[in-house]
Amino acid sequence: MFAYILKRLIYAIPIALSVTVVSFILVYLAPGDPLSAIAPADAPEEVIIALRSAYGLDQPVPVQYGLWLMRAVQGDLGLSIATGREVTSEVMRAVGNTLLLAGFAALIGVIAGCLFGALAGYRHGSWIDRIATALSVIGVSIPHYWLGLVLTILFSIWRPWFPAMGAGPGGSSEWLWDLEHFRYLVLPAVTLSVIPMGIITRTVRALVADMLGQEFVSALRARGLSGVAVFRHVAKNTAPTVLAVAGLQIGYLMGGSILVETVFAWPGTGFLLNTAIFQRDIPLLQGTILVLCMFFVVLNLLVDILQPMIDPRMGRA
Amino acid sequence: MTTPLLTVRDLSVQFHGNRVASALNQVSFELGQDEVLGLLGESGSGKSVTLRTLLRLHPARSTRIQGEIRVGGQDVLALKGRALDLYRGGTVSMVFQEPGLAFDPVYTIGRQITEAIRAHESIDARSAAARALQMLEMVQIPQARRRFDAYPHELSGGMRQRAMIALALACKPKLLLADEPTTALDATVQIQILLLLRELQRETGMSVIFVTHDIGAAVEVADRIAVMYAGRIVEQQPVDRIVHTPRHPYTEGLLAATVGPEHRGQPLRAIPGSPPDLAALPPGCSFAPRCAYVSEQCRRDRPPLLAADDQALACWHPVRGLVEAA
Ligand SMILES: Nc1ncnc2c1ncn2[C@@H]1O[C@H](COP(=O)(O)OP(=O)(O)OP(=O)(O)O)[C@@H](O)[C@H]1O
Ligand SMILES: [Mg+2]
Repeated sequence: MFAYILKRLIYAIPIALSVTVVSFILVYLAPGDPLSAIAPADAPEEVIIALRSAYGLDQPVPVQYGLWLMRAVQGDLGLSIATGREVTSEVMRAVGNTLLLAGFAALIGVIAGCLFGALAGYRHGSWIDRIATALSVIGVSIPHYWLGLVLTILFSIWRPWFPAMGAGPGGSSEWLWDLEHFRYLVLPAVTLSVIPMGIITRTVRALVADMLGQEFVSALRARGLSGVAVFRHVAKNTAPTVLAVAGLQIGYLMGGSILVETVFAWPGTGFLLNTAIFQRDIPLLQGTILVLCMFFVVLNLLVDILQPMIDPRMGRA
Repeated sequence: MTTPLLTVRDLSVQFHGNRVASALNQVSFELGQDEVLGLLGESGSGKSVTLRTLLRLHPARSTRIQGEIRVGGQDVLALKGRALDLYRGGTVSMVFQEPGLAFDPVYTIGRQITEAIRAHESIDARSAAARALQMLEMVQIPQARRRFDAYPHELSGGMRQRAMIALALACKPKLLLADEPTTALDATVQIQILLLLRELQRETGMSVIFVTHDIGAAVEVADRIAVMYAGRIVEQQPVDRIVHTPRHPYTEGLLAATVGPEHRGQPLRAIPGSPPDLAALPPGCSFAPRCAYVSEQCRRDRPPLLAADDQALACWHPVRGLVEAA
């Protein structure tokens, strides 16, 4: 098991490195000069050149990459061009908020998805199944921002139960664990949970229906196990796949929340990315993309390590 | 035969899907204490359906079951909830054809046996585990203690089937249903498993229904043989007689199509044609389209299953009459 984890960790290194290259290069492929965002349009030539060398933009790209990577490894992602603040702390604060939102949305999505999926799988072909299937299709195909707006109209304007802007009272972006802050989390989290809920419902439904048709489930019943005990077996057999799908979904939530965070002005990575793009804030953009990609790598790593712990047939081969 | 342990009367099973398949049609038979019944028939004749119906394993929503099943006086078709759970595995238990598919792949063998024991008796985890280990030793699994903690995929086919038998016997059932327990195994292991089953049956005095399409295996373990065709029992006789004096043309065909030392030198003959579609059974005898002795009556009227002493037959033109065979 230890050797397996080590192997996975080593495999993750080249992936992580390519991620850094891609996130560095991508930004250079994008059109537009970052200096135009900070320098006044009529700035004299010398000022532009001075700024260019101050930000290291006059070096060859591989050198820029090397310097950037060395600092990034030490946790220094440079200064934001637009605000002059440290990118690392900006990104980390946003990551915290996004994790909170994504985690809460994933919690809703996974719990509801497993529940609906298991019900639909057990009652394969019944009206419960049809409703759950319809809901999951709607969940997957509905546009996020549209749902966000509808929920805002319904539960923030028409029935002002939940606030729809920001992460706390007075536009503060510092999260606190209290009811007041929690109310800010509800609408964006519910909006964001709809896609993972749909996908997990479908996955669990298919898995459970397939599992119930398998010989070993008949055999479990033939042993006189109660319905609850049989369900425990079914759950443990479906868990590795559900875990893998849920892990990927959480990954998507981490990066896929740009629209939702923008609609609800939620101070997370999506919001930050949006700001960075519009302001052509290259260090901030690079830093945010890098951190997001690293999350994917780590999540995949975790799923790879957790799966064989649940399913003994994997990993020993 | 004293009061039988198992009575099946006019048991019919229909599966309702796109079409209605009549998988069992008025099946009746009895099984005494300590008796081994061999259930013989070609693929699709309804042997597995019979066993699964005895354990009520069919999906309730798409299955119509009629008739009566009694085990030790219990009305099996009326069992519900906890009583049904206790009956399954406690009174009647089953050994499946594919031991590789009948274990939950993500739990160890030992845990699954322990779990089954604890589902039937209020016994603490440690004693249950001790008994599970004893069961593994009883079915002669080498290094039972190590196998106890093994996952199903870590055992060989033969070993898995032994473990399956250990699991099935763990709660001392009165009746064991063995659905082709050796078909998925290679020849030498088949014989070992057959001998083990016979030995355990003699030790415990339980009754067994042994499903097979291998007549040799049936002869090895059964006291009596019932032959099934298209969801019906067409003939029943004690094992020593049926091989020499089959009376139903189908039984005769099955025997003629078997490879065995007693048939050395005789030509091997397959029964022509194939079994009927269960969703469109002919009105008369189901075997009529393939039978060499067929008459108008066979195509028109269904022959009833007539029982006399220890035998039964459903045929208008038996190869041997009741008198001649007796
Ligand atoms: N759940 C079900 N729904 C519909 N049809 C079924 C179902 N289970 C069994 N059948 C049908 O019932 C018939 C009898 O099947 P069964 O499994 O009892 O055959 P068998 O005698 O055990 O054959 P084999 O030797 O191949 O195991 C088959 O035609 C099968 O397709
Ligand atoms: Mg079968």
